Amino acid sequence: MFRWLRDHGVIERNLILMGVLTLITVSIGGLVQIVPLFAVETTIERVSGVRPYTPLEQMGRDIYVREGCYTCHSQMVRPFRDELERYGHFSLAAESMYDHPFQWGSKRTGPDLARVGGRYSDDWHAAHLRSPRALVPASVMPPYAFLDRPLDYSDIQDRLRALRIAGVPYSDEMIANARADIEAQARPDADASGFQGRYARARQAAFDGDPGRVTEMDALVAYLQMLGTLVDFRDVTPAQLRQP
Amino acid sequence: MPTKIEKDSLTGRDTTGHEWDGLKELNTPLPKWWLWTFYACIAFSAVWVVIYPSIPGWRGTSGWIAREAVVAEVAEANARNAPMMARLREATPAQIAADPEMRAFATAGGRVAFANNCAGCHGAGGQGAVGGFPSLADDDWLWGGTLEAIQHTIRHGIRSNESDDQRQSQMPRFGADGLLTAAQINDVAEHVLSFTGRATDQAAAGRGAPLYAEQCASCHGDRGEGNREFGAPRLTDQVWLYGGSKRDIVAMIGNARAGVMPAWGQGRLDPAIVNMLTVYVHSLGGGE
Repeated sequence: MFRWLRDHGVIERNLILMGVLTLITVSIGGLVQIVPLFAVETTIERVSGVRPYTPLEQMGRDIYVREGCYTCHSQMVRPFRDELERYGHFSLAAESMYDHPFQWGSKRTGPDLARVGGRYSDDWHAAHLRSPRALVPASVMPPYAFLDRPLDYSDIQDRLRALRIAGVPYSDEMIANARADIEAQARPDADASGFQGRYARARQAAFDGDPGRVTEMDALVAYLQMLGTLVDFRDVTPAQLRQP
Repeated sequence: MPTKIEKDSLTGRDTTGHEWDGLKELNTPLPKWWLWTFYACIAFSAVWVVIYPSIPGWRGTSGWIAREAVVAEVAEANARNAPMMARLREATPAQIAADPEMRAFATAGGRVAFANNCAGCHGAGGQGAVGGFPSLADDDWLWGGTLEAIQHTIRHGIRSNESDDQRQSQMPRFGADGLLTAAQINDVAEHVLSFTGRATDQAAAGRGAPLYAEQCASCHGDRGEGNREFGAPRLTDQVWLYGGSKRDIVAMIGNARAGVMPAWGQGRLDPAIVNMLTVYVHSLGGGE
């Protein structure tokens, strides 16, 4: 029984047959990966509030990726009761629709960060990044005190342009004002009329405790403090969360 | 290539029938159990694809969806707790503390909620941390240690701009904003140190006394006793929010810092959980 299945000799001796069968096998693997992407739009929930990252948050996100934070922290509250009790509402596809690349991850040496925004003060984040064990004695996170150096955002417009090619709806106005918006967000008393209009519910603060200069710490803390805060789940109905 | 399957004399197995420069290879097929497990897995996956949501646009025959399942699971758990949670929501923290049943529930739940929401800043046991994260386990309270005061602080937060009733105050930056000179700040710091008998320069402490009375006493009290209305710390004990060395005190006078605590009762946590936290924090050692 199944003797014919094991007799590869027939295939191995016929170049055309082997070519055709190889093509079919590879095609199946490709289709399984590609076909669902045609339906990806239907998986994005119709919730409101999700906006592109502000330029400062985007710089912070790039630092997050650069420092490899994703190797220990996921950004995906999975639909299990224990996760909901600890972190809050399960993550939505809509909440990472402007992420390129997304930071969902599955490795949790540290806690999930999908909803860390607003949970701690800016001071806490800055102090914790500088010296994690000063605040959480059992932590194994390395210190990131060097983030107190000035942020190099000379290429922020190029970064936003690249993201626009990837599908993030940055407008010409957003790109033109990107540098000014970084400075506006990192200074609590700066004029932010234009900034607030471009990025709804974006918070201005001296994220690193020093309003005088824009540091990498400012960018990373600004990014962490907005994570998971864009969708107001008090207004979300089950119908909006429904994926076909 | 000639194919001649032979019996290997040493192992008694067949060869593959190929020969390379005199080398022959034993034919060792995959074990039967392994092969059948593999086929069973393929069959299992086919069944799975039909039953569970695997294909875009089709939920599968069971109609099971992880998101709906977890919502139902949470609703069921909440329903089990609902009677007690309703009591905790309606009761004042004092009533909870006085009722053994509610108190036991609040302390157990408060411990979990504290570990999840508060321990990052205040420490796993409420011991706090140097740098503006106050201990909740001692009797030195910035904004008050009664059940009502703790409940208000948790509910409305401190300087987070999330509630109109938040705890709010702002110490001036005497150095950075040019209100005092460096020498004056040094004198005031010496005077503050004299409250705890640690002044090393009595002349400077004397010069600092009138400056303190003018600039600091309205919040911190004439003799450094503090004022909970403004969250102004007591300066006469050994508990220091941002460090108690002279260097720390000079830095604080020159460029004041102020902590921020989120408002937990404005949509973040259930009012019952705020009450549970209140009773738990009050029990950590310093409750008044």
